[in-house]
Amino acid sequence: MEFFIISMLNGLSYGLLLFMLSSGLTLIFSMMGVLNFAHASFYMIGAYFGYTLTSLIGFWPALFIAPFLVGGCGVIFERLTLRKVHKFGHVPELLVTFGLSYIVYELVQLIWGRTAVEFTPPELLKGSAFTLINNATTGLQLIWGAAPAEMCSAADATVRIVCSPFPATRAFMMFVALLMLLSLWLLLTKTRIGLVIQAALTHPETVEALGHNVPRVFMLVFGAGTGLAGLAGVIGGSTFVTEPAMAATVGSVIFVVVVVGGMGSLSGAFLASVLIGVIQTFAIAFDYSFVSVSKDLGFQLSSELQNNSFLKLTVSQVAPILPYLFLVLILIFRPKGLLGTREG
Amino acid sequence: MSYALELKDLRKNFGKTEIIRGVNLAVQSGERIAIIGPNGAGKSTLFNLISGRFGPSSGEILLNGQRIENKAPYEINRMGLSRSFQITNIFPKLSVFENLRCAVLWSLGYKYTFLKFLSGLKDANDLAEKYMAMIRLDKKRDLLAMNLTYAEQRALEIGITIAGGSNVILLDEPTAGMSRSETSRFINLIKEVTVGKTLLTVEHDMGVVFGLADKIAVVVYGEVIAFDTPEAVRSNAKVQEAYLGTHSAEEHAGGH
Amino acid sequence: MKSYQFKPYNVGRWLIWSLFAIVLICAPLIFTSNLSGTMLAQMGIAIIACLSYNILLGQGGMLSFGHAVYTGLGSFVAIHALNSITAGTSQIPVSLLPLVGGFAGIGFAVLLGYVTTKKSGTPFAMITLGVAELVFAMSLMFSEFFGGEAGISGNRVAGPTVWGISYGPQIQIYYLIAIYTFICVALMYAFTQTPLGRILNAVRDNPERVEFIGYNTQRVRYFAFIIAGFFAGISGGLGALNFEIVTSEVVGAGRSGGYLLFTFVGGATFFFGPIIGGILMVLAFVLLSELTKAWLLYLGLLFLFMVMYAPGGIASLIMMNLRAAAFGKLKQIWVSYLGLFVTAFVALIGAGAMIEMVYHLQLNSALGDNLKFMGISLNAKGVDSWFGSAFVMLTGLGLFEAIRRHFLIEWGDIQIEIEKEIKRRETA
Repeated sequence: MEFFIISMLNGLSYGLLLFMLSSGLTLIFSMMGVLNFAHASFYMIGAYFGYTLTSLIGFWPALFIAPFLVGGCGVIFERLTLRKVHKFGHVPELLVTFGLSYIVYELVQLIWGRTAVEFTPPELLKGSAFTLINNATTGLQLIWGAAPAEMCSAADATVRIVCSPFPATRAFMMFVALLMLLSLWLLLTKTRIGLVIQAALTHPETVEALGHNVPRVFMLVFGAGTGLAGLAGVIGGSTFVTEPAMAATVGSVIFVVVVVGGMGSLSGAFLASVLIGVIQTFAIAFDYSFVSVSKDLGFQLSSELQNNSFLKLTVSQVAPILPYLFLVLILIFRPKGLLGTREG
Repeated sequence: MSYALELKDLRKNFGKTEIIRGVNLAVQSGERIAIIGPNGAGKSTLFNLISGRFGPSSGEILLNGQRIENKAPYEINRMGLSRSFQITNIFPKLSVFENLRCAVLWSLGYKYTFLKFLSGLKDANDLAEKYMAMIRLDKKRDLLAMNLTYAEQRALEIGITIAGGSNVILLDEPTAGMSRSETSRFINLIKEVTVGKTLLTVEHDMGVVFGLADKIAVVVYGEVIAFDTPEAVRSNAKVQEAYLGTHSAEEHAGGH
Repeated sequence: MKSYQFKPYNVGRWLIWSLFAIVLICAPLIFTSNLSGTMLAQMGIAIIACLSYNILLGQGGMLSFGHAVYTGLGSFVAIHALNSITAGTSQIPVSLLPLVGGFAGIGFAVLLGYVTTKKSGTPFAMITLGVAELVFAMSLMFSEFFGGEAGISGNRVAGPTVWGISYGPQIQIYYLIAIYTFICVALMYAFTQTPLGRILNAVRDNPERVEFIGYNTQRVRYFAFIIAGFFAGISGGLGALNFEIVTSEVVGAGRSGGYLLFTFVGGATFFFGPIIGGILMVLAFVLLSELTKAWLLYLGLLFLFMVMYAPGGIASLIMMNLRAAAFGKLKQIWVSYLGLFVTAFVALIGAGAMIEMVYHLQLNSALGDNLKFMGISLNAKGVDSWFGSAFVMLTGLGLFEAIRRHFLIEWGDIQIEIEKEIKRRETA
């Protein structure tokens, strides 16, 4: 039971991280028609800036400053490069961001090296947010923080106690993601600039005709989108690992999220992020394969079948490709995406 | 009697907004129909429904007696209906000749073949030459379509529409944006190239309408309020009511 | 003056193709070193791969981030077929193995292309990315087919030798590649002259209109995808024979990105652009990577600049200047060109020096602070080295910008003069 809860929470936190990234991507795409191939690169820059700033001024100030720095980079890129190719159409825009991802990858390796750097979370987040203790005799209990050793092992060996801690970093990730989601929603629906953005999402020329500086709005949205990616980077980099390959691993998943959710749909991106996050987290935890399950069920398989590498695959080994399988299935059965409205 | 094109209680809603509210129309083969109406009446939407750009919310569309609503545009085209667009919709990076040749390929049965050379397709090449001469663009044969003048592009647009040999032609504001002299030349061109075909054209220019059409359909707020010969429509009380002021202003200003 | 058409593949068609064949035949006789031999072989393979990619990108307007899937899977199938020849279970002649790769390419394109071509534009690009990741991830899972970390190796000296050709020596495999290159280039060019090829161009230009002239746009893309897959598979098969080993990186994102980058840089809007791209790709991977550790960074920057300032690639730059030359206008601006090249070169030297110093600090610091850059000794930690390089770069950049503005004005004038001349000839 506790396994299910912890895994569910892990999956949700990962899904929310994916959403932090894919929401920025969706905003930029909806608004400017540009699919920012380098979005995960800004995530990576955020992690590295966070790392460097943390060693200079500490984690918490870094958490606030790094996203702005990353957003600044985004604004500079938009101004200098993206704007120039806007007139050529959407394919060159995509190509320009593709080129940027190459360059960022090389620059990051140049400045910080090719191996992972030690970006550790601050003291406050190092422990567990809470621990679920499943005691065979007393049932399920929740303890805030880490559980003391005595509670996790019983004097009597026949009593089964399982302690499942939930890391504070993950809890923090969920907290920041939900906070960000809330403020984004509030910004878009309750403020004046949010209204302008919503209008410019579908009718940029009309908004420009009404006197708003649409190129400036675009620049701000691009900066905000990449800044969000940077924020996700600081959190993701400290929770997981900070290395040059981190952009590639998460990059392709968020594109899958955006296509599966329906291009241009924020709620679709949310749904797809959570779904993929949860499914992938559960899958990694399962060590069952077709062969092992049939063994457990008592079926006799021939030794040939038992050695078949396809059937020997455990669910956890298949976990990395699940998002892409999901993508293919969605495309066959529901090409518009889960909640998609735009055809992209 | 079988009609070339029939619309039966056609309706289209976009979200909660009803754009087409029950249109009934029956066009006989060889007739030339002009569709007129105030802006926003739903004329282009009607064309989009007929040509398959999107499907109706309810109702039927019959082409030569066969139902075509909700079919894909290429299916409808293969059944004998072609349309032009109000905003010029040609192949900008292909030459004038190539544009027309592409338009004839399917109707000549070449489909998706990659085992024949274009230069060897005598029938396709001859047909493309013929249409190019018809729309008077033979001197601009190898010019890229994007380098033509506006009126030339409109002519090419019509050329692509008729080159497939369809019997039912839909022209969406073919003379949009043209000057007086260009318009009258264009009308003669349209008359020439649509001999024997069924023609539906959306038009704002009353001079064009009265010179070209056998019958006029007046569309107001998504409904056909009159469908009759030009003289009858002119004196129709409902039409005068809908057009009060607009019609006479158009007559005086000459369609702009 | 002789009238000149701006489509070299129309003028003296036989001349061009014969020249191409002669170049293919004589190249290894002129460049005789071992390194040249391998590079020439790789160029042939790259040319076929990039041209097949351009069926999608340049002719169909379909941006794919996963073309390596089809070249790579073609390689894998071919090397397994090679091993079955060695084992005696198959009688296919080694010369026809690339065709086996080609048919594998068709098979996978039929299978995966159905889902991939359901969308167009940006979603299509994302789907190709997803499928490529899927295949790459699977390549790490199924070690019987993909060989795991070590990949699958084979020996191209297999089966009966025909006319004394065993494919042991590099020169023999080069000529096999050359023959396939010539035939494939000819076939792919022929494709552009067929109805399907032309309609594919129409789909690129205006996919909506194509539906209204009777064609199912999705079908057109699907067929083009399959044809591109065929040639991609042939390229993969040749690669398997050439290297005699296939690892999972042949289906990786790096290779797909490489095809995209070099096809684009070569020029996607002209048929011969990807040929230039393929040649550059081999030169970059083999020579440039030896020259400097920063080669990927330089490539990325080059790509970025080309997208911004020359989206038609090198081929379009060549054609523009050929057109100017045809009208006799090139001599007016050759001085500006010279100035541009010199100042760009100077700026690049400055920038290159700085980039090399940073790389040196990062990667080779164990070797001390000094490095050699173009014959000059630089101190990676020395202020004067940095100052000097920065100064050189900035001077170069400043002068370049000044000359560039002047050049643009001159170029604009030339274009106007050319337009006038064309109009004059039309009415004359």
